Amino acid sequence: MITIDDGVLREMYRRMSRIRRFEDTTKELLLAGELYGAFHTSTGQEASIVGSCMALRIDDSMVGTHRSHGHPIGKGAQLDRLMAELMGKETGVNQGKGGSMHLSDFSVGSLGETSIVGSGLPVSTGAALAYKMRGEDKVSLCFFGDGASSQGTFHESLNIASIWQLPVVYVCENNGYGELTSAKDAVSVEDISVRAIGYDMPGVTVDGQDVLAVFEAVSEAVDLARDGGGPSLVETKTYRFENHAVGRLPEHYRSAEEVEYWRTQRDPLVLFRQVLIERGFDEQQIDDLDAAVSEEIVAALEFARQSPSPPPEAAFTHLFADPAPSAG
Amino acid sequence: MRTVTYIQAVTEAMTEEMERDESVFIMGEDVAWNMMGDCTGMVEKFGTERVRNTPISEAGFVGAGAGAAMVGMRPIVHMLIAPFMYVAFDQIVSIISKSTYTYGGQARLPITLRAPMMYGVSNAAQHSDRPYATLMTIPGLKLIAPASPHDAKGMLKAAIRDDNPVITFEDRSLWGQSGEVPDDDLIVPLGQAAVRREGTDVTVVTVAGAITLGLAAAEQLASEGVSVEVIDLRSIVPMDTDTILESVAKTGRLLIADPAHEMGSVASEISAVVAQHGFWSLQAPIARVTTPHCHVPFNADLEKQLLPTADKIVSEARALME
Repeated sequence: MITIDDGVLREMYRRMSRIRRFEDTTKELLLAGELYGAFHTSTGQEASIVGSCMALRIDDSMVGTHRSHGHPIGKGAQLDRLMAELMGKETGVNQGKGGSMHLSDFSVGSLGETSIVGSGLPVSTGAALAYKMRGEDKVSLCFFGDGASSQGTFHESLNIASIWQLPVVYVCENNGYGELTSAKDAVSVEDISVRAIGYDMPGVTVDGQDVLAVFEAVSEAVDLARDGGGPSLVETKTYRFENHAVGRLPEHYRSAEEVEYWRTQRDPLVLFRQVLIERGFDEQQIDDLDAAVSEEIVAALEFARQSPSPPPEAAFTHLFADPAPSAG
Repeated sequence: MRTVTYIQAVTEAMTEEMERDESVFIMGEDVAWNMMGDCTGMVEKFGTERVRNTPISEAGFVGAGAGAAMVGMRPIVHMLIAPFMYVAFDQIVSIISKSTYTYGGQARLPITLRAPMMYGVSNAAQHSDRPYATLMTIPGLKLIAPASPHDAKGMLKAAIRDDNPVITFEDRSLWGQSGEVPDDDLIVPLGQAAVRREGTDVTVVTVAGAITLGLAAAEQLASEGVSVEVIDLRSIVPMDTDTILESVAKTGRLLIADPAHEMGSVASEISAVVAQHGFWSLQAPIARVTTPHCHVPFNADLEKQLLPTADKIVSEARALME
């Protein structure tokens, strides 16, 4: 068992709780018609997200996927502007231009999420190239899923990162399904991490429901990258509790028993709560964390609801970058 | 003023910008080997970190350019030839053109894609495309087609300094042409067409390498008493429609010479703009001299008959005068 101080453990739980409660709320709002658009939730994958993001510094960068409400939260973003973005409000982190599949927060190194599966892999690789060329000790982390591991960009990016020894960590969140199709039918290997061999980089598979296991594996990969040791591939075996997209698709491709098993036996928040108890936290401390997060969600919701919609002319802004401040 | 070739002007532009700004670098297939002859002396000056060979992975290295740009670099990505962009199309469309917009202005993508176009030299359909019209349909990209050594240098330098993605279509039929280029820091603002020859009877707007044909046709027509105004479009997006409309208001006749396929072309777009906003100036139908909606064959004679020529421009312009 690795040594992690209580403050870090508490922050891990807090971030996982923020994701879970954020997602429980957004699902309710979607089904009630207050939110709209294609909607892919992170529920069930909190340990994978937070274990990875907590291994990074705030000035390290991260790229997400279409299923990424949780990733900016894991990286430390404020909830109010994310909630406002999901409502398409002017105060949203993207000013209402990106929505559910493109949450971001560049101020905490969340360089955006991309809704074309696999398209974030080259982008995170390029951020790592910039860090290396500038001699900075930053690390770029790329989240992608089992589905994206079948894209050509996966191969191209890992090959490029390996030949150039870039400071990038590829975190494959293998939740068992690419859209509706099982990874068993779509991916040639049981453990996607074995593909690291083809790129001459370390590859490891960990229990994605165990936040400490994820944290330990990703920390090792981040340290290696920061020390000039090049890229790694970490696969987290996880599960999405909700359907591919909430409220709009059939779910006949997976059994109710399977979903029930993961929800009741493999819930990362429940599992982590047990670990915290074993490490000397008491139930009340954890309940207090949850309660504080719930208050934060209420405030975020209030902020989002009170925020104005963008004016019609906002549709035409940001097509190109605003002029940069003069370099003098 | 010095006289340099188009390809030398391109090299000078990249070299000067890399000297001026450490965040500028070039990557692409075989750039360090100077495969195309347009990176002469650059490895010696900047090393292989900043003149960076890539694997044959267009989606990978174009997307890496986007990621590097998002965190503050100014990459020049060499596509080798324009059709290789198709392999990277998702990165160009979904990431490069859309990130500034989708992330509400948080992202800046100061990336330049250099897309040399080879056609008319028997490379067959896959290697001969002039795909600027395909890219023109995508908001968020600036597209240029400099058509002189002066503009090759000044517009490329402007593109590299631009905070937005710019794709520069370099017509390889122009690479060997010489022209005057000033010694000082030359910046040609993007978005401005250039009147290359003044005239009063017919406006000929040319795209990319068609400038050579347009000027030759104007010379021929002058000897027949027809005064042709030749406008080099230079910048496809943003498009300087004001200059075109002003010229048509004067001449009353418009011909567009565009080496790309006719359907949905830059020539079509210019036609629509003039039909919509300059209709009452027109004394004759708008003419387009383009490549038919047909692929480019290998056989040199078969290919040649498809592409625009000075003769075709002359004959279409004569028809406008009847």
